Amino acid sequence: MTRQIVIDPVTRIEGHAKITIQLDDAGKVQDAHFHVTQLRGFEKFCEGRPFHEMPALMARICGICPVSHLMASAKACDALMRVKIPRPAIHLRQIMNLAQIIQSHALSFFYLSSPDLLLGMDADPQNRNIFGVARVNPALARDGVRMRQFGQQVIELLGGKRIHPGWVVPGGVSEALSADKRDAILAMLPEVLIIAQRTLVWFKGIYGQYQEEIETFANFPSLFLGLANDDDTLEMYDGLLRFVDAEGNLVTEVAPRDYQTVIAEAVESDSYLKSPYYKPLGYPDGMYRVGPLARLNMAKSCRTPLADEELVEFRQQDRNSSFHFHYARLIDILYSIEKMGQLLHEHDILDSRVRVHASPNRHHGVGVSEAPRGTLIHHYEIDDDGQITHANLIIATGHNNLAMNRGVLQVAQRYVDGARITEGMTNRVEAVIRAYDPCLSCSTHAIGQMPLHIQLLAADGVVVDEMKR
Amino acid sequence: MTNVVTLKINDRDVSGRDDETILEIARQNAIFIPTLCHLDGLGDIGACRLCLVEIKGNNKLLPACVVVVQEGMEILTDSPRLAEYRQMIVQMLFAEGNHVCSVCVSNGHCELQDMAHTVQIDHIDLAYQYPKREVDASHNLFSLDRNRCILCTRCVRVCDEIEGVHTWDLMGRGIQSQVIIDMNQPWGTSDTCTSCGKCVQVCPTGALFEKGKAVAEMTKNPAFLPYLVSMRESKKSP
Repeated sequence: MTRQIVIDPVTRIEGHAKITIQLDDAGKVQDAHFHVTQLRGFEKFCEGRPFHEMPALMARICGICPVSHLMASAKACDALMRVKIPRPAIHLRQIMNLAQIIQSHALSFFYLSSPDLLLGMDADPQNRNIFGVARVNPALARDGVRMRQFGQQVIELLGGKRIHPGWVVPGGVSEALSADKRDAILAMLPEVLIIAQRTLVWFKGIYGQYQEEIETFANFPSLFLGLANDDDTLEMYDGLLRFVDAEGNLVTEVAPRDYQTVIAEAVESDSYLKSPYYKPLGYPDGMYRVGPLARLNMAKSCRTPLADEELVEFRQQDRNSSFHFHYARLIDILYSIEKMGQLLHEHDILDSRVRVHASPNRHHGVGVSEAPRGTLIHHYEIDDDGQITHANLIIATGHNNLAMNRGVLQVAQRYVDGARITEGMTNRVEAVIRAYDPCLSCSTHAIGQMPLHIQLLAADGVVVDEMKR
Repeated sequence: MTNVVTLKINDRDVSGRDDETILEIARQNAIFIPTLCHLDGLGDIGACRLCLVEIKGNNKLLPACVVVVQEGMEILTDSPRLAEYRQMIVQMLFAEGNHVCSVCVSNGHCELQDMAHTVQIDHIDLAYQYPKREVDASHNLFSLDRNRCILCTRCVRVCDEIEGVHTWDLMGRGIQSQVIIDMNQPWGTSDTCTSCGKCVQVCPTGALFEKGKAVAEMTKNPAFLPYLVSMRESKKSP
């Protein structure tokens, strides 16, 4: 008799998803799947639109990572125009991208995952949320709120508003940076740098308690994908697409425009999220991971002093557990703050030349950047008039789909006992997904508290066990 | 030979020439009447119906932009009935086209958007029609997005009356109506278009815009028009 556990929806992630766990006759976990349960259709309904509209249009995919879509989309449009954008514009885009990484990582770490880390995987779900964190460790909660606010404030200072700024445009950015705004951002850096360091100290202090989770949370060798620059330093904005293996050795490197030579996308019948894979290894063996962990696994250094110190320590961990995503996320934040300071001190950062204008000069354009969750690919095709004829997007969460599925199975096999479901058991299955910080908000937006309903069903449909919250 | 007439607007005594429209007299007296198709410098056609006013003794609502004043007229430019009609008209414009302000080049600089604020629309009661309409980006400088067109015909009139070319016209009836270029051909293939851009500057929405503009970047300057007209008139009559 086979039975199935359904976790629907998965909570404290961005967007809607469910998990199904298949049990065998003996009540042991046989299989587990992560399903994304809604379709957006952006690739389809942008067809026919003038390409200059694409960054703003594509940013609407998400309210959390609109800036990431702005980056990849604007870069794809730069490619369509066949232009090199001015140096200050590159740096300004980079600063906004770093601000985005900071605010999104703060959301993931403090708001969504710190309840598991601070209060424990088995804590009462009534308290296991950001309000519970605020009760038990108010300073930590305050740090989270401030860190996210900082990222959003930088985005607002640069782009005029926190969500969906229209400032990143094909050919550069629409407005140069003023000295006042630069100084306003620089003035905030010391405070958030201290918060980032303080959070790392706290996190490393509790890390030891999660040895078992580290061993089982999607802990397996896989390829990693990220952007790579010439000096092999941590890269968030530009460069080649690089695959490395589980030991960090180079597997292959291609220009973004050639991404389809190494990445193909499989479609599963039970999820709206496609499953990209590394083409030479085929599906599903070509599983790879992107995001903070992948980026740190690839980089030889960060080229910012504090993040480099942390990277040395981070290297002592094994490279393969997705639990380290949390750790890597905090180092990303530290790096982003330091890097932002470096960029704001560039001699030409206030230069007024921040945009180039051009007609379309190519029919294909691919733009790639590092979003908080990993490599983001926008690929557009246009006709002679500059209207979109085809669009293909590969979102970071998509890259991680195969690995998330493997992770769900691994955790379920370790923690789920078919005889009796406990809340802590299923929370760990959800927590492995949270480690990846999937942005299914790129699929939908949730409001209010999401209910969790788990049923353990016998093969004949009889409910063996049930829990609700 | 024109005569001066006296009349009442909103119970206020006003006067004007007997060849002036209600809209002209109202504006001279700082009385607000909403308009979309009207533009100073262009002939009026009463297309948008937003300037409808009540006239005592007449059950019908009449468009202020094309009705000339008469001695003793008593006009009401604002009433619950008019407010309801105006809201309905603007709602119909939104429901009939595909207006997505957040990703539009004219976001923040759009007369339709402003009008929705003016007549206090906070939602659309009518079912959106989601018509399938074409974008014409074949011109090397400008683009036409029919999804955002409200058929005010300012482009048609400015091209005909001011530029003197009449590249633009209308085709079809009812909900099938659309603006066309020459013999309904791609803009880039037009033999008559002088690429002067007047149509773009007078378009109240993001239907006509300069190529290369990103979201919210398309600002327009239709104020050139009365100046152009007055300069032309003064040359005609030395």
